[in-house]
This record gives sequence, C-alpha cells and structure tokens, in this order.
Amino acid sequence: MRRPLVHLAVTKTATLNPTGRVMCPQCGHSKVHRYLGADFLPITAFELPRGSPVMPSPNQTDAPKTGPQAAYEAHLAAGRFVIQRSKSTGEYVFWPRGVAESGAVDLEWVAAKGTGFVYAITVTRTRSGSSNVALIELDEGVRLMSTLPDVETAPIGARVQARIEQAEAGPRVVFDLLEGDAA
Amino acid sequence: MSGQNLRGKAAIVGMATAGMGEAHGFSAIELLGQAAVAAVDDAGLKLSDVDGVFASTSSHLFATMSAVEYLGLKPRFFDSTNVGGSSFELYLMQATMALEAGLCDVALVCYGSNQRTAGGKLVSMSEPQWHETPYNPRHPITAYGLAASRHMAEYGTTREQLADVALAARGWANLNPEAFARGPLTKDDVLSSRMVSDPLTKADCCLVTDGAAACVLVRADRAKDLTDKPVYFLGAGAANSHRSIVAMPDLTTTCATESGPRAMEMAGVSHQDLDLVMLYDAFTINTILFLEDLGFCPKGEGGRFVEDGHIAPGGGLAVNTNGGGLSCVHPGMYGLFLIAEAVAQIRGAAGARQIDDCQLALCHGNGLVLSSQITAVLGSEATL
Repeated sequence: MRRPLVHLAVTKTATLNPTGRVMCPQCGHSKVHRYLGADFLPITAFELPRGSPVMPSPNQTDAPKTGPQAAYEAHLAAGRFVIQRSKSTGEYVFWPRGVAESGAVDLEWVAAKGTGFVYAITVTRTRSGSSNVALIELDEGVRLMSTLPDVETAPIGARVQARIEQAEAGPRVVFDLLEGDAA
Repeated sequence: MSGQNLRGKAAIVGMATAGMGEAHGFSAIELLGQAAVAAVDDAGLKLSDVDGVFASTSSHLFATMSAVEYLGLKPRFFDSTNVGGSSFELYLMQATMALEAGLCDVALVCYGSNQRTAGGKLVSMSEPQWHETPYNPRHPITAYGLAASRHMAEYGTTREQLADVALAARGWANLNPEAFARGPLTKDDVLSSRMVSDPLTKADCCLVTDGAAACVLVRADRAKDLTDKPVYFLGAGAANSHRSIVAMPDLTTTCATESGPRAMEMAGVSHQDLDLVMLYDAFTINTILFLEDLGFCPKGEGGRFVEDGHIAPGGGLAVNTNGGGLSCVHPGMYGLFLIAEAVAQIRGAAGARQIDDCQLALCHGNGLVLSSQITAVLGSEATL
C-alpha cells in the first residue's frame, strides 16, 4: 500500500535530522519520506529559495529521486497544478512523463496557467446519477482528462478555469466555466 | 520497402466460429478450442499439423500458451501481441511473415470469449490510467463518447447519422442467421434508446455476446492443395498513435489514415476495387471515422455518407455485412469476426447476405480507444 504523499507539502518548513535528511514536521519521520524519495523531490528544489535551511544530502545528484508521476502528485498535494516543459524545445507535456513528443528529456515543472477550453465532453449516465468527463485543452496546448463538477455538461469550445478540488480519493484538478461562457 | 513481398504469400484455408451469441455453460477457452478444432478441420488438416499459434483474449494474459496447452499443440512459432481488438488483423500479417520466413508451416489464429454468459459485462484486463482515474471514465465508452462529441462539434455530424450506422448494421444482421440481434429497428428506437455516455445511446454501442473464431493460414503455394477457395493475404498495415484517449492527437481522426494506405499499397488495390468493407464497429461513431480515415469519403463527410441506407443492404457500399459488432457479435475483441465474414463472402458462402461476385475485402481492426489501427486486405485467387 502506498503511503499518502500529503506530508510532502510541508518540506518548506522542514528541518534536518542529525543524518542530514529532511525531517517532516508533521510526523517527525524521515524514513517514509526517504522511501518515497520525498525528501529530495524536485518539488523541494522548485520551491525553496537559495540559502534555505533545507540542504541536499551530501550524496544527492542532479538525478531526480522520483518519477514524474510521484512528483506531479506531490505538487498537486501541495496545492499546485503543474505541467512539464522542455528546457530546450519549449514544448509542454501532459500527462507527466520522462520524454516529450520531440524526444527531449530535459523536462522541468512549470505552473500551469490554468485556463483552457473544453475540447471534448461526454456525460456518463447511470441509475445513480450523471457526471461529465471532459478533455480540456490548456492554453499551453496540452490536454488532460478532467470534469466540470458544477455543470451537467458544457459546449465544446467553452473557456474554462482550473481549480484543485479535494476529492475523497485525493486532490484533483477540475474546471469551472469562465463567466460569459456558461452553457 | 513497403512489404510488397508479402502480397499473396499466404492464404486462409480454414475458418470457423463457435458459440456465437450465447453459449451457456462453456468457458472462453472451451469456445476457443471449438473454433480452433473446426477451423483446422475446415482446412482438412490435423491439430498436430499446427506449428504456429497466434492468440489473444480478454481473459487470458498468456492466451497463446493457454490455447497451446488446451489443444495439445507443439508450436515452433507463436505470438500473443495484444493491441486490443485489432490484434487479429495484425496476426494475419505476423502469420504471413512467419510462414514466408519458414518459421512455421501451418498458422492457427484463434480467439474465444464467454463474456455474455459469464456476467454480461465487458471484460477488460486493461489497467487504469493514473491521470484519468480521478475522473471515473467508463472505458471504452467514455472515450468513444468524447470522440463522437468532438466529431459532432467539428463537422456537424448528427445523432440521426449515428443511428443510420446502427440501422444499416441491423439490416445486414437480419439477413444473417448467426447474428445475435435480429428483428426490426427504427431510427426512433435508436434515438430514444437509453443515453449511456453522451451522445451515445445503448443502441450506439456494440453487443456484449459470447463467441469464438479461428482461422488457419498456410503458404500460398500449398493453399490450393487444401481448399478450392483459398482466401489470400494481399496486404496489411498497422499504425498506433496513443494508449489513452487523452493522448490521441485529434479525436476526429484515427491513424487508420496511415494503416489503410499501407495495407492498400501492399495489396496494390484502390477503393473502387473493393467489394466488401469490414469496419470494427464497437460504437456507431467508429464506422463513420473509419469510412473517412480509410478514404471512402472526405474527412467530416462520414455522417452524410451513411445516410439513406448507403451502407445498408442494397446501398452503395457493402459495409459490415454480418451485422457488425452492433448487431451480429461482439465478445470483447471483435477483430477475428471481421476476417470470418470476409472469408465467408469471398468463398461465396454468406447465404442470404451474400454480395455479388465478392473477390476483394478490406478488414479494418481497431484496438482500445481508437488506439491501434490495423488494416488487412484479403482476396480470392482471381485477385492474385
């Protein structure tokens, strides 16, 4: 069973334990985070200003300690909707992975603008109710699966704005219609 | 090189189906076994002659090994590449390659499913996509609903046109005693059917049936020794653009735009040569997409193409003459049933639904969520 990643969001205020590892201020534990690669997530480097008290361990290299999925989920748990961008080609990537369409592997995390439009939409109808599933094309040009929780459906092409919703199974990015575009 | 050296190098000399519709009391491998035994018998061969095996199912992770053990085979070449329902069009190409290379002499392609009587739900071994899971998609229909929504918005395709696809399929099914869904069907029936995933109703969705099929291929130089009417492999082409619907480059265009021309170039045929077009119709939108992407009409015109019974019995183009996945049979992976119908038509053994002088057929397989597209062209001896 994977441990929840929610504590990773607090590394900003974490302190070092005697071995030089990041200690989680919520649970005081470092092993779990070590197991998850959490103490050296790109998220930490991304967020912390230079001279931060949280220093990398002596044997840290440039190699990321988690894959893009765990890193994305950690960002999301910390309330950030991020997508990847290639440093060399500028192309955006979603869903999170290690290789861009061009073959570029120099991907970094950037905050998504959060705006886009409904590219395609369907409504799942069951006896217990209905909910929509949409493909949203972000203004950066990449698509993701999501939903517009506050409407039954929406016209294709409608402008939308992202927000992070705390769903039962964890945080997820959902979208609202931008004003003036309501169905 | 575009594979022309495979044209006409192998032929289907045995073909059979089993358990079409409902097969109470039979497991998937038992149905697969029935079809395999019957196909080998149809070829006038013995199971011990089979030395190449190609299989996939929705319920066996190692389908080829399950088939080999069940049938007591001793293959020296086998392949279980699973690219979804189109796997069987791929196997025609793989089997022809293996036969031509001398890696096997008798290739058995087989499939079996009891998903209707085993629970009535679509069985899938497909793992969820982590970036989709939070939104509870009900694949495959969510993906096809999304594609249909985009096609309607971009090209003005209507639900009435989707219904025309379902009506054409039922028209053909009514001529096929093996078809599971037979009887009258009106446009109103389709349009007023229960909405499942907008804009697709239950009547826009394929059946959930049992069913098994198998075919036997040998090198062309041996084919006439086994049957008067071999059905020759003339060409095939594959293309794959994505795994998850999120990553499909354009939801209105499948990479059948690549697999189709590859197959037709290898076969050396053009659209007007084709007597029969078998398209993987898991949903009504599929038929429209593949008619466009394979070049039977311009992009966006598929909806208008299927109007007024154009692909129904007596229409301008014979499409899915068995009744399709919509009205004949759809046990989860439908690809081998496209081939079974093409073989029946080219042999002139299709009964009341037989089309005149059927020499050349195109079978187009689709896998997962419009993901893997594999086109194969089959023909009679006259097309060699």
